[in-house]
Amino acid sequence: MEFLTKPWAWYVTGPIIGLTVPALLLLGNKKLGVSSTLRQICAATVPANISFLNYDWRKDKWNLFFVAGIFIGGYIGGVLFANPNPVAISPDTARLLHDQGIRDLSGLLPGELFNWKMLLSIKGFLLMVVGGFMVGFGTRYARGCTSGHGIMGLAALQWPSLLATICFFIGGIVISNFVLPIILSL
Amino acid sequence: MKNIKYLLLGVIFGLALTKGEAVSWFRIQEMFHFESFHMYGIFMTAIPIAALSLLLIKKANLRSMDGETVIIPTKPYHHGIIFGSLIFGFGWALTGACPGPLYAQVGSGYVVILVTFISALFGTWTYAKFQRYFPD
Repeated sequence: MEFLTKPWAWYVTGPIIGLTVPALLLLGNKKLGVSSTLRQICAATVPANISFLNYDWRKDKWNLFFVAGIFIGGYIGGVLFANPNPVAISPDTARLLHDQGIRDLSGLLPGELFNWKMLLSIKGFLLMVVGGFMVGFGTRYARGCTSGHGIMGLAALQWPSLLATICFFIGGIVISNFVLPIILSL
Repeated sequence: MKNIKYLLLGVIFGLALTKGEAVSWFRIQEMFHFESFHMYGIFMTAIPIAALSLLLIKKANLRSMDGETVIIPTKPYHHGIIFGSLIFGFGWALTGACPGPLYAQVGSGYVVILVTFISALFGTWTYAKFQRYFPD
């Protein structure tokens, strides 16, 4: 049981993620890529005669099962066997976040920022609504996310995926270091 | 019912993401500040292991369970690789989540992340709707 409540080291999680790639290929010639499920859900719910959404999304139904699994995995890991302790991030990051007003390091997200009340503030709106929009827009424009480009594409030695991953990081580094401090001070 | 195996694989993948804290907003900030090896360790084990498996599949000419030849995907260049990826990077740092972790965060009991998720769907939809205006 302790194995399930304690957080897992990188050398446990990394190999499992890596092995997901051959597992999907061998199970049924499927390629790892989560962001395409966002397109699928759009195509299934509000296709609105948009050509980009007019395709046979049912053909990739397996991926909806896969992400339903991720949801369940999140429930098992984050609710049933939740880590009772605050996240063991580096003291430097903890200090920095503390200075930016984030005191509670328990759970997966700072509860002080990600809650229903904050949604109505500029801060919460930027983090959740604008942030989410950028995730959905950017990954579709890039035709892949951390899984499709960062894991699958890099493992298949695709140089455009390397470029994509570098750009993911450039974007993230800029926001995390220079923009987030401003947002958190609002 | 043939999709149940993907559900089970998704559970393992989601559990690994969650217990490995790859879906943690805190870990993502730490990663973008280069203040811990944790997230880099995940990438630096996942990618080579996936790459070696692909090499093995190719060399041994392994077939999928249905007997098909395994097709290893290619990712051609287009300008969205740069522009789209930068925009996604912005969103990743704000939400602490890529698309996979969004599902895991909601599953972990953060119901409010459903708003982030719906917003991500709206982002994808907006791209789809105005695709022709973006350099590709």
